[in-house]
Amino acid sequence: MANQSPALNVPPPGEPRPSAWGGLRAFFDTPVKRAVALIVLLVFMIAAPGIFGAYATVILTNALLYTILALGLNIVVGYAGLLDLGYAAFFAVGAYTVGILTKEFHWSFWATLPVAVAAAACAGVIIGGPTLRLRSDYLAIVTLGFGEIVRISARNLQITGSASGISSIEQPWLFGWHISSQRDFYYVFLGLAVIAIICSARLANSRLGRAWLYVRHDEDAAEAMGIDRVRVKLAAYVIGAIYGAIGGAFFAVNLTAISPESFSFQQSTLFLMAVVLGGMGRIPGVILGAFVVVLGPELLRDVGSLRLLFFAVGLLLIMLFRPGGIWPVRRA
Amino acid sequence: MADLLKLSDVTLGFAGNTVLQAVNFAVSEGAIASLIGPNGAGKTSLFNCVTGFYKPQQGRITFAGAELRPLKPYQVTRAGIARTFQNVRLFREMSVLENVMSGLHCRTGAGAIGAILRLPSQRREEAEIHARAAECLDFVGIAPSEWQRNAANLAYGHQRRVEIARALATSPKLLLLDEPAAGLTKGEKLELVTLIARIRNERGVAVLLIEHDTGLVMSISERVSVLDHGLMIAEGTPKEIQSNPRVIEAYLGAEDAEAALAL
Repeated sequence: MANQSPALNVPPPGEPRPSAWGGLRAFFDTPVKRAVALIVLLVFMIAAPGIFGAYATVILTNALLYTILALGLNIVVGYAGLLDLGYAAFFAVGAYTVGILTKEFHWSFWATLPVAVAAAACAGVIIGGPTLRLRSDYLAIVTLGFGEIVRISARNLQITGSASGISSIEQPWLFGWHISSQRDFYYVFLGLAVIAIICSARLANSRLGRAWLYVRHDEDAAEAMGIDRVRVKLAAYVIGAIYGAIGGAFFAVNLTAISPESFSFQQSTLFLMAVVLGGMGRIPGVILGAFVVVLGPELLRDVGSLRLLFFAVGLLLIMLFRPGGIWPVRRA
Repeated sequence: MADLLKLSDVTLGFAGNTVLQAVNFAVSEGAIASLIGPNGAGKTSLFNCVTGFYKPQQGRITFAGAELRPLKPYQVTRAGIARTFQNVRLFREMSVLENVMSGLHCRTGAGAIGAILRLPSQRREEAEIHARAAECLDFVGIAPSEWQRNAANLAYGHQRRVEIARALATSPKLLLLDEPAAGLTKGEKLELVTLIARIRNERGVAVLLIEHDTGLVMSISERVSVLDHGLMIAEGTPKEIQSNPRVIEAYLGAEDAEAALAL
């Protein structure tokens, strides 16, 4: 939130007392310090593949992919308050559009990208258009169904390579740079994540971003203020779909092989988990959530077969003690 | 003066219960009018019919000559009718300024692309939204030191005023106030009377209020209409209403008519 007047810095009753955490937050409250922190973080991210080696680079690339997707889902769930249980479907639409067009029709990757975006946007309008008119959680059920329909279609259609999927997808060239090594993709995903963060921040702080919050807080009051709630929700849903499709497109060329099981319901829940865990509606929280969801199981690899159990207990503890997420929205 | 808002034979019912029965009602341009009546008379339902939240089974509702009935609530607001709610319905976890900025949404147009690219037109529009929201807050007398506060943390009387500022931000021709004085102190009620007069005199906005404080109603309104059990039983100047036997009868039984009608 924007600056407060000094008189208001006394926390009103009912708000948590300042803690070490709060002190850390206050420390980064000035724009200069925040900019310095961001630059340090960015330099660290740029240096990371050199420091941690090849295996970590693969994991971090995956974390960056999750960051992009979680930021997209955050627009739907966090900003507009729509529960989407089939987000992996848009991820799949992006990946399969690229896979099919490069493999079957020999398009260049860059030419397929706008098609992937358009396909996801169309899917978003088709699914969201009728269901967003309804109130409450019908959308959750419809999106759940949509996710499964996309996955099962991919498994049964010829053009998507049925159960074995599409393999040896050609990796893209960018001005004479063949994006092919793991390190190359790490930097591509880092760039995409930065763009995703900037877009999310700018959307949040705009007329449309505020409209999402109005509709999420009180649909009737928002409508009485002249806001078309269906249109505003549809915008969130379609923008979320576009994030998903872009993530999916780069996912396809990174792995060079995609199969229907990459887009299961479990994927959708993992994306949702990243958003909820980190702190819905707050960009740093969502990024943190994405990293926790990807790095958590990796860091627990030493405990062997019990790692998912440990991870699950950790998630439950977080939700018990920080129900708003690890890094929730702070309000004036 | 010409009728700005006109209801003809509006009938509304829910599951066999008639809420409004062939109601005829009008508000002139630039007028201050009031709608009174015992609890459950159908006053808020009438507001909800005008603003598109309820769809009456019969009758016509016209605003500046155009039919309102097919419009959705947000379209009604765009057409020039703004409202407040009986129970204050601010966006509680957002700042006071952001709350009022919501009213500008329907008068502006920047979309996602403008927001992401921060186009010059989008920036101009954002500045305009800020400036106009600030002007509305100024107008209702909310000091800039409160603008960044969480709306839910404001004093109740101030929340009511923020709600009015939010409605004014939509640039209405008609402002519907649903029990704006409920829960206010005596001093705040006096300020409200001044504010309503200023809204009409300085901004040219017609005001229609539902109010239980009949003293306030009689002191400020040019026309008063009385609704009882879904029927419009009287319409006239405050003086005529206070001496109307049907009105006195409607108020008898529930409360002391003399006190209720501020005789």
